[in-house]
Amino acid sequence: MDRIPILKMGPYLLVTIQVDLYDRLALNLENDLISMVSKTEAKGVLIDISAVSIVDSFMGRILGNIASMSRIMDAETVVVGMQPAVAITLVELGLTLQGVHTALNVEKGMELLQDLIGLYGGSNEDEEGEPDDRND
Amino acid sequence: MNITANLLQKQKKRILEIWMQNQLADSALRDDLMTNDELLKQSEELIDALARAVKSGNIDNIFAAEFDQITEILSDVSITRARQGFSPRETGMYVLSLKRAISTVMEDEYKDQPEVLYKEITTINNLLDQLSIITFETFIKSREEVILRQTDEISEISTPVIRVWEGILALPIIGTLDSARTQVVMENLLQEIVNTGSNIAILDISGVPAVDSLVAQHLIKTVSATRLMGAECIISGIRAEIAQTIVHLGIDLSNIKTKASLASALQLAFSMSSVEVRKINKNTGAGLIR
Repeated sequence: MDRIPILKMGPYLLVTIQVDLYDRLALNLENDLISMVSKTEAKGVLIDISAVSIVDSFMGRILGNIASMSRIMDAETVVVGMQPAVAITLVELGLTLQGVHTALNVEKGMELLQDLIGLYGGSNEDEEGEPDDRND
Repeated sequence: MNITANLLQKQKKRILEIWMQNQLADSALRDDLMTNDELLKQSEELIDALARAVKSGNIDNIFAAEFDQITEILSDVSITRARQGFSPRETGMYVLSLKRAISTVMEDEYKDQPEVLYKEITTINNLLDQLSIITFETFIKSREEVILRQTDEISEISTPVIRVWEGILALPIIGTLDSARTQVVMENLLQEIVNTGSNIAILDISGVPAVDSLVAQHLIKTVSATRLMGAECIISGIRAEIAQTIVHLGIDLSNIKTKASLASALQLAFSMSSVEVRKINKNTGAGLIR
């Protein structure tokens, strides 16, 4: 079964969606991502959808769900690189993704995540300590 | 029908002469738009084509292959005339004056055979009437094309996206916002955000004459789409009367950043992107340091 890889980078989880999402894949992503968040105690989730050119209401809802679920588990979600056409479609569908943070590209998304989590200074122990545990 | 065809060939010179006279006699003819030589050449071509077509024996169906050349010439004529700014009357007269010319020549030719004359004139009249309808159709069609192109141009021109600072875009909207225009505005803005990688977009609506619930809806949509892309949107240029209507209509703009003028929106944009603009005091600048 197809899966979208979820990368762990320090306290963040990185997801880049390179294919057009169909319903099954989106549901899998939701499950995998949430279990990853709980397993790794990630503080931030970054979803790059710059390669996604087609969305529907279901996909919009999944994105919203992921954000709400992560929020409950104390992780912020940032969606980056949305195509203009995708943004227009979502707005026309009435899905403005309230509660989801957005950024233009991965770089700006990472900056935003760092700002949101406030990981300046005290972050070093976390960043060094956690990855080793998880990789084993 | 071959009588007419023969006549057209035989009397080509005379028909052309009378036709040209008719055309030139029309006081409304714009000889500033087209030289007489050009007109003569065009007219001669048309008569030749007509003679060939009539000779084929088909005089009823002008959509048949024999008439392809004629319709082509006529379309050319009306399209060029529509672009050059000829009036519909002048364009129509072009074909109709040919009818008069042919009638005159026929009358001379068949003076003593009224029956033949009547039959031939009727057929040639019908034929030329149909041709003049084609002329008109193409004339109007090309005029409509011109109008369509201009409409496109206006909607293109009216939505410029300006890069006012690194990472700050401004979009002054002038004129009424309808659904079609909002779509264009939104697309241009979002595309420009991607192209320039800007964080902040200022939507200036000081040129929008009135804001009703529909326009407000469109604005909210644009702001939401911009936010989805990962950029902030500020709406500026909200005049007193617009503020009044918005509140009276019960439209909630509370989660959208709004400013009264473009200047204050720019100020906000600067502070959001941690840019500071300061005035340099020339007189005291040197003195203060030491």
